[in-house]
Amino acid sequence: MISLDGISKRFGTFDALRNIDLEVRDDEFLALLGPSGSGKTTLLRIIAGLAFPDAGRVSFNGEDVTDLKVADRKVGFVFQHYALFRHMSVADNVGFGLSVRPRRQRPRKPEIRARARDLLELVQLGGLEDRYPAQLSGGQRQRVALARALAVEPQLLLLDEPFGALDAKVRKELRRWLRQLHEQMKLTSIFVTHDQEEALELADRVVVMNDGAIEQIGPPEDIYMAPRSSFVSGFVGDTNSLPVTVADGVPRFHDRPIAVDAAGVAEGSARLDFRPHDIALDGDQAGSLPMIVTGAYRTGGNWRVEGTVSGLSRVIEIDLATDRPPPEPGQRLALRITRGRLFPDEKARP
Amino acid sequence: MPAKFTRKPRKGRKSIIPGFGLTMGFTLAWLSLIVLIPLSTVFIRAAGMGLEEFLEVGFSPRAIAAYQVSFGTAFAAALVNAVFGMIVAWVIVRYEFPGKRIFDALIDLPFALPTAVAGIALTAIYAGNGWIGQFLEPLGIRVAYNPIGITIALIFIGLPFIVRSVEPVLADLSSEVEEAALSLGATPRQVFTRVILPTLLPALLTGFALALARGVGEYGSVIFIAGNMPFESEIAPLLILTQLEQYDYAGATAMAVVMLLVSFAMLLFINLVQAWSRRRVGA
Repeated sequence: MISLDGISKRFGTFDALRNIDLEVRDDEFLALLGPSGSGKTTLLRIIAGLAFPDAGRVSFNGEDVTDLKVADRKVGFVFQHYALFRHMSVADNVGFGLSVRPRRQRPRKPEIRARARDLLELVQLGGLEDRYPAQLSGGQRQRVALARALAVEPQLLLLDEPFGALDAKVRKELRRWLRQLHEQMKLTSIFVTHDQEEALELADRVVVMNDGAIEQIGPPEDIYMAPRSSFVSGFVGDTNSLPVTVADGVPRFHDRPIAVDAAGVAEGSARLDFRPHDIALDGDQAGSLPMIVTGAYRTGGNWRVEGTVSGLSRVIEIDLATDRPPPEPGQRLALRITRGRLFPDEKARP
Repeated sequence: MPAKFTRKPRKGRKSIIPGFGLTMGFTLAWLSLIVLIPLSTVFIRAAGMGLEEFLEVGFSPRAIAAYQVSFGTAFAAALVNAVFGMIVAWVIVRYEFPGKRIFDALIDLPFALPTAVAGIALTAIYAGNGWIGQFLEPLGIRVAYNPIGITIALIFIGLPFIVRSVEPVLADLSSEVEEAALSLGATPRQVFTRVILPTLLPALLTGFALALARGVGEYGSVIFIAGNMPFESEIAPLLILTQLEQYDYAGATAMAVVMLLVSFAMLLFINLVQAWSRRRVGA
């Protein structure tokens, strides 16, 4: 188990991380998700021992490793831009971690080579041992980087935006494959991403970070369905957000009452967030939101319809079933919000 | 892969940048006019001598001593520059410090400074009564007027070649690569010897070859500090000039041919080694 206790880090006057507490369970696949500048990569580097916190402790299985350097922590680190050794063959890259061991613990050359071959087989790159990194595609290079990190049998695997430099199709393939590999190996892994889809698809638990702090930790389903703040609901998945005022238990958007349960929400200004699919068009005028359609396009099995609401500068997006033709531009729709979430007003919105 | 890229365009096949024929022709004409024709006169003159005479004057004991001084000091200076030039390049690429731009410009100064000025300045400093020489002399270290002085002059002349060759490659080598090596358990020393140095090797060889070539041919800065004692601190270019002044054209030509051939063989060898290591790096 990895635990972080009160981790803080400053770069000059910028607070990169403020008082982070986090526990990572054994064999877990954890995602650190957040926009750039949220501190997620800094946190990963601190766990790795590539950076050191100004305050707080890092411990692995109860052992304090805060002051240990990366070489002594037994972690595997995979970089966004692969960071392969370009003057070495693929097999030498993978075997590097074994070949730099002190003489007594170092396996013999044929053993290192055999181990590299096995690992390349594992990452589905069998037969490419003698190629050089320059001769491989981006996806293949990242697999080599992964095999190289696994060669030293780390107790923890850390991946910094592992798919960030790859194109969409390769990324999706590699993602599915990595998930399978994790299930097969049962190795505690933490990966950093700014892609919410990636985090939701891969991780057992997602840590949403913003501005150097943790916003929410939970399984992907919870993060998507029960976001705890307007930031999380806006960052994870598509969300429409209305500024409302709650009075007498009723949220109002420019004096128009909206039929959403406001139980337990403090009076005053608030944010009403709802997902594009959390609406219905059943013609009930009371408590609905009038929208004027500006356009529509297909997203897989739905029409994604865009429109404006008077008094709101941002475009509203809703999803409608494709069993009917999409509404024409200029058409008025009355949206009933079937599942809305109210959050106390925050100034910082993405 | 790189081997494929260097293949010349075939006839009839369209290449994106036109004018291979024109530019190749121009290159050959230019190379002939500037390099081959002047150098060929040396060979033509040498051919006028019999082989016996050529060997006698081209490899006279004094000439052999001069070759040894020239190539030996140039080699030593290039070697010293390879080490310290790399450190200088490292500092320029990896660190930010006040005055970095000035520091950067200073490195190129040996390119621009008249070499005689450098020679006189170095002599003034390292001579027995100079700023640095006066402290070295009591320790029994004589720098000026012997091969050590020549080496120092050549180190001065050759520094920018190494720094400017290594700099771009070092800038291209991301610190992530070093971190990757560290995370795999390598010691800082192993990171240097197994990761950084092999990556820099082709560029280092280029710089080394350039510094060596420059050192072998250097004349202006060396003659002031060398002392020019035959058999001890007389460089081959100076001996050639001396022979010319004594109307010994045969001797001068024979030595010129020997120096040309040795220099060409050395540069060719270094270029081949470099091509081999570059192919491995895939750059």
